[in-house]
Amino acid sequence: MSPSDRQLERERYRRLRARRRGAVAVVSTLVVLGGAAIVITQSPGWPRVQQTYFDPAAARDIFPEVAKAFWLNIRLFLVAEVFILVVAVTVAIIRVVPAPALAPIKLLATVYTDVFRGTPTILVVFLVGFGVPALDLAGMPTSLFWLGVIALTLSYGAYVAEVLRAGILSIHPTQWASGRAVGLSYGQTMRSVVLPQAVRRVAPPLLNDFVSLQKDTALLSTIGLVEALRVAQIDSGRTFAFTGYVVAAAFFIVATIPLARFTDYLTVRSLRRENGLVT
Amino acid sequence: MLRADAVRKSFGANEVLKGISLEIAAGEVVCLIGASGSGKSTFLRCLNLLEQVDDGDIWLDDREITDPRADADAVRREIGIVFQAYNLFPHLSVEQNIMLGPVKAGGQTRDAARGLAHELLGRIGLAEKAGAYPDALSGGQQQRVALVRAIAMQPRILLLDEITSALDPMLVGEVLDVIRDLRRDGMTIVMATHEMSFAQEVADRIVFMADGLVEESGPPEQLFTAPRSPRTAEFLARHRT
Ligand SMILES: Nc1ncnc2c1ncn2[C@@H]1O[C@H](COP(=O)(O)OP(=O)(O)O)[C@@H](O)[C@H]1O
Ligand SMILES: [Mg+2]
Repeated sequence: MSPSDRQLERERYRRLRARRRGAVAVVSTLVVLGGAAIVITQSPGWPRVQQTYFDPAAARDIFPEVAKAFWLNIRLFLVAEVFILVVAVTVAIIRVVPAPALAPIKLLATVYTDVFRGTPTILVVFLVGFGVPALDLAGMPTSLFWLGVIALTLSYGAYVAEVLRAGILSIHPTQWASGRAVGLSYGQTMRSVVLPQAVRRVAPPLLNDFVSLQKDTALLSTIGLVEALRVAQIDSGRTFAFTGYVVAAAFFIVATIPLARFTDYLTVRSLRRENGLVT
Repeated sequence: MLRADAVRKSFGANEVLKGISLEIAAGEVVCLIGASGSGKSTFLRCLNLLEQVDDGDIWLDDREITDPRADADAVRREIGIVFQAYNLFPHLSVEQNIMLGPVKAGGQTRDAARGLAHELLGRIGLAEKAGAYPDALSGGQQQRVALVRAIAMQPRILLLDEITSALDPMLVGEVLDVIRDLRRDGMTIVMATHEMSFAQEVADRIVFMADGLVEESGPPEQLFTAPRSPRTAEFLARHRT
């Protein structure tokens, strides 16, 4: 069946309206961005700023070195992420299990999350990076890489544990009862019924924390890890310019974009679900 | 087969069950009726150990299941329960919902469990929904799947807690049909319900609960037509449909 004339007219109108709105959006974006570009490049200090921050030749020179160093950021991020998830799941579960016998461990888990969520990550990096080697304990890692991973894990483990705990507590109690009712043990119900739902529910804030983690690998430059920011710093000390920092920033931005878009996608999807817009 | 003896349960200062005694014979269908808040759900949850009783005991044949040394997970495999809502696991497909218990708790192989799931779904006319997710089913279909999921554990007793109360009236019938089939197959059922006419039709015995006690119990023809207790009569007068 072909659409009625009225319907065709409606669709024509909608197409026209969409095109008009699109045109307005494009023009206003160009005006704002173009205006900003003109204001900035016409400013009296621009030539100096450009030379210091946006020097194409300097950027080309430093690019390979920053790229190589950024690979270390990526490795730190990937390794820390695995440990963070393990710590966070463990701590979150310990905090929600209703077992009175576990009271001492539960207290420990609570203290851990309170302390490490409250301490600035850079302080944790200092304490672990300089404090642990100073202890001179046998068996403690001395490699900067692992000290860095430990610091990030301690700090982010606390955040992610809280996010997961909130997710677990948000699952309807009848889901627990239904798990038990089909004969599953407490642990099996947690693993097969509650955790999968909880993780899905908190995926957007979880990914947000990981975007943040990706950036915070730069904090490890302070304990002497030669990652992208550190390379830029060294370069800046040599050239007295900051183009290296801009190049490093570009690497961080580009690396977080995929995660950020994925987070957006999941957020929108879960909002739509909750509002019943899609099934 | 299942016997509760002077079961008590409080939530804080709120004493919900004040000494409930009830014996259920194999193959019997018992309907619990009573005002909202009279403790029907709490009693059913005590029967399969989802709640811990404060006093009294519950026996499954000659095993005291309220003994803290009893294997509660094993008991729950023998006593299935279906709730008013939120039964199904939304992150699993219909088929996976049914298979989870038999595979993880019943030690069945995935293939055997899947075969069982499809057979049971076929029986309730939902074979083509095996791969669907709960959100894509109507409320009535969800409750039918929940029933089938409980049956897949091959329980000896099935507890049903107002499983049609959250449904659109149009969808109640299809769920009640499944219960009729289960009854015909000889399943022992204890159900809390507000569906008086259905209770009258399927129950071997009606138990009227009030204030955490069994106020009156008897065969439907007696209890519905000639209640002995004035409270029963009053309750029925208000809920006659
Ligand atoms: N988990 C719980 N915590 C506290 N109070 C509860 C809990 N479950 C039930 N109750 C209380 O127990 C009483 C009986 O509830 P319930 O067994 O659900 O009755 P019914 O199913 O007959 O409507 C109500 O007053 C209810 O508030
Ligand atoms: Mg109830």
